[in-house]
Amino acid sequence: MTEIGTLHYLVVAAALFIIGTIGVLTRRNVVIILMSIELILNAVNLNLVAFSRLYGLHGQVFAIFVITDAAAEAAVGLGIIIAFFRNKETVNVDEVDLLKW
Amino acid sequence: MIPAVDYIRILPELVLSIFGIIVMMVDPVLPEQSPKKPLGVIAVIGVLAALAATAYQPGFYGSAFYNTVSVDTFSVFFHVVVLLIALVVILISFEYLDVQRIRSGEYYALVLFGTVGMMLMSAAVELVLIFIALEISSISTYILAGMRRRAAESAEASLKYFLLGSFATAFFLYGVALIFGATGTTNVYGIAHYFQTQQASVLAYLAVGLMFVGLGFKVASAPFHVWTPDVYEGSPAPVVALMSTGPKAAAFAVLLRVLFATGAPGWFWMVWVSAALSMTLGNIGALVQQNVKRLLAYSSIAHAGYLLVAFAAAKQVGISAAIFYAASYAAMNVGAFAVIGHFASEGEKYVTLDDYAGLGRRSPLLAATLTIFLLSLIGIPVTGGFFAKFYVFSAALQSNLVGLTIIGVINSAIAAYYYLRVIVYMYMRDERVEAPVARIPAGLGVGLAISLVATIYLGVMPGRVLDYAIQSAQDLLK
Repeated sequence: MTEIGTLHYLVVAAALFIIGTIGVLTRRNVVIILMSIELILNAVNLNLVAFSRLYGLHGQVFAIFVITDAAAEAAVGLGIIIAFFRNKETVNVDEVDLLKW
Repeated sequence: MIPAVDYIRILPELVLSIFGIIVMMVDPVLPEQSPKKPLGVIAVIGVLAALAATAYQPGFYGSAFYNTVSVDTFSVFFHVVVLLIALVVILISFEYLDVQRIRSGEYYALVLFGTVGMMLMSAAVELVLIFIALEISSISTYILAGMRRRAAESAEASLKYFLLGSFATAFFLYGVALIFGATGTTNVYGIAHYFQTQQASVLAYLAVGLMFVGLGFKVASAPFHVWTPDVYEGSPAPVVALMSTGPKAAAFAVLLRVLFATGAPGWFWMVWVSAALSMTLGNIGALVQQNVKRLLAYSSIAHAGYLLVAFAAAKQVGISAAIFYAASYAAMNVGAFAVIGHFASEGEKYVTLDDYAGLGRRSPLLAATLTIFLLSLIGIPVTGGFFAKFYVFSAALQSNLVGLTIIGVINSAIAAYYYLRVIVYMYMRDERVEAPVARIPAGLGVGLAISLVATIYLGVMPGRVLDYAIQSAQDLLK
């Protein structure tokens, strides 16, 4: 058994990032897209904390900022989704179609 | 212990935040159905106070708060640009909110908070602060985009902007995390020092690429531009005036600090390709538009391309040309959207080219003002747009970017077609349905006058602003 090193964390973070990106690009439900974006932000946190092992506490402090911001963003995002739902009675991105060329 | 002088270095941001909070506290006290104009007046006072605070700053250059904020000519220049944008936007919002029956006091507070974010972006030299500032400005504009709550287009614009915007921010953040991993620091100067002394790793290249994706989205450059036309079409016109200029200038300042001042590896070709694509896609897209807001959205993509040309030209000439361009683009674009917002009338009904037919006869003053802004966007002499383009392309030639200059000049010629088309509609077409034109109220008049004076001033006497831009570039490269 090899010891779990920084690289392992980075690989997990990269996997989360890719899963999140694919989720944003392929899912049709706005709420799930929002969750996928949160997944990418968590990948960022994992990265920052993993790099903290090498460079000191900087990264962990940064991660706290990212968590706070993710909360603010989710709050505003859900509000926007509700405003949209009131107008169109749907949260499906396929029906977000008023503005097109 | 934080020295007192540090607080002076973020004084404009502090002042504006306090006024934003005041607006939010006064809002519930006002009678529910009354117009929210008093809040707008408080906001205007706040912006003027912040301008005064910025004017006080030049004696206190230096970095503050453990090297997270750097106040120099560069940051002061962008502070003034962003504050003037906010001032004009608030002035033109007075009438717009009345006409659209938007009774939300938080509108003014959000404009102020968004402006705080943009100002911090131009002063921040620590990636943590850059990220927080970016989010302050983005989240405010997400909400502002959806301010016409009962209009489905506005809600949709807000949703699109939010989803794609936070996606882009996530990319930017991932890049920041990787650059922290590659260099071991999140301070711009620290990163610059690292890149000067050591060979860049693959990780660093990846990080720079991801950060460019995030910031490229904010400046609306191709291939990250798809959201722009939709969001600009659906959002309230004064908000478009704000978000097509303010965040663009601020994100550009961040781009300069993060990619250029650090000497980050591999940025040149990314910027080159993005500039060429933005100019071409923006101008070609604009050719077929019937909606004026959409047309200007594509034009805004193209202008992001010209800005990136100056960026690719690099060195001092390029950077100063870019800074000058950001300022003059702000002046003319805010003015153009002010006219559009006024003319759109209730529910933003009149926004297509056909509605503009015959405007020259019905409202000569409004038509003439819009014509000047459009001529400036083309780059006709005696307007700011001319010198801005001139400096950009001469900087590009000095840096031997012949290919990019040729693409740029061809694009400028294409662009003249669709701007002139609006003018032709206004003066030479007869209207089918007469779109009514309301009288120009005081707030809008002052706002238009400011942008008009700025546009012409930059076109007739660009010297002082250009000197200032050159000095900013020197400060940035120090």
